[in-house]
Amino acid sequence: MKKLKQSMRIAFRALTMNKLRSALTMLGIVIGVASVIATVAIGSGATQRIQDQIASIGSNIIMVTPGSTTTSGVRLGTGNAVTLSEADAKELPAQCPDVALAAPLVRGAAQVVYGNNNWATIIYGVTPDYLTIRELSVADGAEFTQQDVESANKVAVLGKTVVDNLFGGADAIGQIIRIKNVPFAVIGILTPKGQSSQGQDQDDVILLPISTAKRKVIGINAANADAVNTIMMQAKSGAQIPAAQEEAQALLRQRHHLQTVEADDFTIRNLQELFAAQEASSSIMAIMLAAVASVSLVVGGIGIMNIMLISVRERTREIGLRQAIGAKTRDILTQFLVEAVTLSIAGGFVGIVLGIAASALISRLAGWATAVGPGAVLLAVFFSALVGIGFGYYPARKAAYLDPIEALRYE
Amino acid sequence: MPPLIDVRDLKKTYQLGEVTVNALAGVTVSIERGSYVAIMGPSGSGKSTFMNLLGCLDRPTSGHYLLDSIPVEGLDRDHLAEIRNQKIGFIFQNFNLLPRMSALENVELPLLYQDHDTPDADDLAEHALMLVGLAGREHNFPAQLSGGQQQRVAIARAMINKPEIILADEPTGALDSRTSAEIMNIFERLNRTQGITMVLVTHSDEIATHADRIIGFRDGLVVSDAPVVRSRRTSEKVAVLRVPVEVPQ
Repeated sequence: MKKLKQSMRIAFRALTMNKLRSALTMLGIVIGVASVIATVAIGSGATQRIQDQIASIGSNIIMVTPGSTTTSGVRLGTGNAVTLSEADAKELPAQCPDVALAAPLVRGAAQVVYGNNNWATIIYGVTPDYLTIRELSVADGAEFTQQDVESANKVAVLGKTVVDNLFGGADAIGQIIRIKNVPFAVIGILTPKGQSSQGQDQDDVILLPISTAKRKVIGINAANADAVNTIMMQAKSGAQIPAAQEEAQALLRQRHHLQTVEADDFTIRNLQELFAAQEASSSIMAIMLAAVASVSLVVGGIGIMNIMLISVRERTREIGLRQAIGAKTRDILTQFLVEAVTLSIAGGFVGIVLGIAASALISRLAGWATAVGPGAVLLAVFFSALVGIGFGYYPARKAAYLDPIEALRYE
Repeated sequence: MPPLIDVRDLKKTYQLGEVTVNALAGVTVSIERGSYVAIMGPSGSGKSTFMNLLGCLDRPTSGHYLLDSIPVEGLDRDHLAEIRNQKIGFIFQNFNLLPRMSALENVELPLLYQDHDTPDADDLAEHALMLVGLAGREHNFPAQLSGGQQQRVAIARAMINKPEIILADEPTGALDSRTSAEIMNIFERLNRTQGITMVLVTHSDEIATHADRIIGFRDGLVVSDAPVVRSRRTSEKVAVLRVPVEVPQ
């Protein structure tokens, strides 16, 4: 213990003797650690953002969309078919034990007018369950009810962006807006959700009762009056998602009278899977970035080795003297290892500070989310110590095994 | 009591390319505890090699060396380091102080490599510096001290571990005659009052006469070995004497 303390004192003194040299040697490690910290921060920031997005969409969501259909041998694109219906949406939670809720959805775009303002936005015709599944809530006013759907009441729930563009600062609740010349009463404003993973503004939307939307705004499909664009389902739990998917598939096949040889006329997608893939690719990216950054850590380590070799050479006489007065192999080895590790850990700490500052700067300038976790910091300290020991060992060993007579005579 | 140093037929050969150099060609010497020995001889006579072996800095090619009854010729690096630390103090011509350390820290250095802790290291080192007349200079760095003062720091360092023997290689080689006399005085005091065995290598007859015994080397062999004859019996010596340096083989 006393020896270690003494070694640290000796190391500190040796390093402060050559301040510029020590600083330049440390710089390699500083850059290495800082870039590892910053890249890991960017990587985990991206992962964090994807997780937030998953949470913003709602949990345990399964999307059912009409599949491609084949008419007279011509395959039409996904979503063109009119196979999914409101009745399907009604039956799904009733007959599938793992499905909690299912909400039909029709989608359209329209120009909305209020006073002399107008705004083009997306119209969703939905049922109240849609809000539950998407975990949407109204910040102001009220949601529409099942009664509104059944009576096809002309009521609208507006997203924040729509409100801002139509009303400016004025109170929107109770006002009448016109969508395709049909007057709607604004009954609620949604709590803002921000951007989706595709960069789409999730608040630029108007929710209408599905019945009203079909009759007054989007129009009724001529082939199937009951048709919907999407059915959004919620499984009872994350673990029940696969089961819910299978049950829904079986039920829909049965309801659509599909023979075993026929393909599904719908597509069931599970958003978690989609995002899991995205998350995986972002973490692979993060690991690759960190790997590139660690290369600079290795380069920093080589710098340490270089300087330590020079230091051993310069201090050959000192080593010889220490050996003469009784320093053992281990003593000299420890002394130089401590010196190398001190260099690398000091560089590591500066690197951590710099890395945190750099990631803060990146999130400010580039607008990327970054997150510096304690894990990344610990890892950086660990690796800088490892680099110190790894690249300090050879010079230290060289010093420890010098021949005392030759070392004492060295000029 | 056995002699402190008992060397029998010590040989050291170096291989320089094709040529084998017999640096020591079979030396047998014994040195009693408390004695004061000067080693003389021309360059290449083997006296430095002999000193390195005595100091356990090197291992002989063959022969036997008992230091304080310990056969040291077969010990490994770390055991030799331990012996050096506990039993031997070194004085060099160029002092070999560490420039970045104060006088006190330089003196304490051997304590650092002991197996046990020395809580009163500072006191011991201050005392050692006082003995060599450097009280008050503890916190000076070597560059702030004169050559003679630096050598005295080195002496304090050599004696801090209470060694059996101090080996001095041309200790006054870099000093003027007045300073040399001071250093020789300290050596004599260490030898007479502390009972430390002194072995010093010198080129100077004048320095050598401070010793009790002079051993002459040539061509890797001891060619003379005789006590110093003093003009008076007092310890204050004005040495005028016949030194038998040249003895036919």
